[in-house]
Amino acid sequence: MEFSSAAKPALAREVATPMVSSVSNDTSKVTASENALRMAVSNLDFFYGKSQALFHVDLGIAANRVTALIGPSGCGKSTLLRTLNRMHETVSHTRLTGQILLDGEDILSQDVTRLRRRVGMVFQRPNPFPKSLYDNVAYGLRINGYKGALDELVEKSLRRAALWDEVKDRLHRSAYTLSGGQQQRLCIARALAVDPEVLLLDEPCSALDPVSTAKIEELLIQLKENCTIVIVTHNMQQAARVSDSTAFMLNGERIEFSPTPHLFTTPSDPRTEAYITGRFG
Amino acid sequence: MSFRLIWRKFVSAFMLSVTALCALITVSVLFVILGYLAWNGARSLHWTFFTNLPAPVGETGGGIANAIVGSGKLLLLSAVFGVPIGLLAAIYLAEYAGSTLAFLVRYAADMLNGVPSIVMGIFAYTIVVLPMRHFSALAGGVALGVMMIPIILRSSEEFLRSVPRSLREGSMALGASKWRTIVKVVVPAASGGILTAILLALARVAGETAPLLFTAFGNRFWAHGWNEPIASLPVVIYNYAISPYDDWHRQAWAAGLVLLGLVLTTNLLTRLLLQRQATQRR
Repeated sequence: MEFSSAAKPALAREVATPMVSSVSNDTSKVTASENALRMAVSNLDFFYGKSQALFHVDLGIAANRVTALIGPSGCGKSTLLRTLNRMHETVSHTRLTGQILLDGEDILSQDVTRLRRRVGMVFQRPNPFPKSLYDNVAYGLRINGYKGALDELVEKSLRRAALWDEVKDRLHRSAYTLSGGQQQRLCIARALAVDPEVLLLDEPCSALDPVSTAKIEELLIQLKENCTIVIVTHNMQQAARVSDSTAFMLNGERIEFSPTPHLFTTPSDPRTEAYITGRFG
Repeated sequence: MSFRLIWRKFVSAFMLSVTALCALITVSVLFVILGYLAWNGARSLHWTFFTNLPAPVGETGGGIANAIVGSGKLLLLSAVFGVPIGLLAAIYLAEYAGSTLAFLVRYAADMLNGVPSIVMGIFAYTIVVLPMRHFSALAGGVALGVMMIPIILRSSEEFLRSVPRSLREGSMALGASKWRTIVKVVVPAASGGILTAILLALARVAGETAPLLFTAFGNRFWAHGWNEPIASLPVVIYNYAISPYDDWHRQAWAAGLVLLGLVLTTNLLTRLLLQRQATQRR
């Protein structure tokens, strides 16, 4: 397999370590964990046409940790998430300035196909393709020209997404026969199949029932062993349950970024406190 | 008060009957045509009608096997010309084009759809028949194919647009290029609708007579290959109907019944396909 998981951590260590020191000057408060940074956003401004959606955002995303983005609707948290694998480019009239690094390399100058293979994404509503379960999971491998044992990787990905036992007897049925929660885990499996270094999740549980939500939260905590996770959520309890560090956003600005227990117990900014105690949003 | 009330009730009842009558007329026209065609056509339907060539002029009997096959060949040719152009143009409009350009192309396609079919015939006559100096199946296929383009384009575009954006995003987030996404996700997701569009376009052009009169022309024997004049159901109906022979009149009715049967079957098939796709989506 050309993008072997064995080679990846070594590469990450090599590149990430010098990068941390280079950005640590202006992001010392930004780094919410002592882990090496997998991604670093600095001084990011983002525009939809003429209206600015993000203002000078800095964010360091620690490797093998769950980073949560919280904030009221329209605060720019989904926009920020979508810039991390350049999904914003699928919408016309968008523009960004600033820097986003993945393992120390600027993502904006990379080949977008390669970038998106390394930084996968799961969306708000489950969006399985109208294909069989198997073909859904194999999709990313096939389009990337993977020529190895598909069956094994499909099984491995479904196991990682904690879906294998529920679906192993019906891999060739349509993905639409699954429940909403299962579909979302299928989408996670689909994203995991190409073995991304970073997994972005945009409110992945907002369309799901509490049981499915619990399963996915449990899954995220397991996944961070091999993967770095960034999750946008509306649900503060969810951020508190699953994340290691949390960024609070408001009106396109990153207000506060700290270790999760810290942010929810002793927020340093009055606006963060107002939001987490439910005074607005 | 009572007079006004009665008058209002009368007007209301009267208008109800008028609208209902018009609805009834619409339906009955269809059934009169169907009934008349079935009554007149069925009398001449015999299995030899489907298997035999037309009898020599003056003899009774014979069939329209060559016209059935001919129509099939013409439709195949028209699909070869019309489907790729219509479908690819629909993909361009749905996935790539900016709004102004898309508007212009869509408008042009609607105009093309409104061009009288006989004009399509003259067009194909000018660009195919005149340079080749003879009528041919090829020329008929070009005429019908051009007619298919706007029908396929407009309906395929609608079906492509109805594919949710989230599917495109899901594919692109895995590193698929736009074209890959279109080929592997968008078009397969819209495939039922696109197939429907193609079948409807075929059903529409299957009954066209005017563009074939001076392109495919007609043939009382088997046409060999694609480069000879070829018989087709609508042209056979036209020729037989205006002929002076009673037997040919009966055969025209029968051929009409066959053509109608084919078109109606196609329509029903597309309905079925669409319904199946609608239930899959849910």
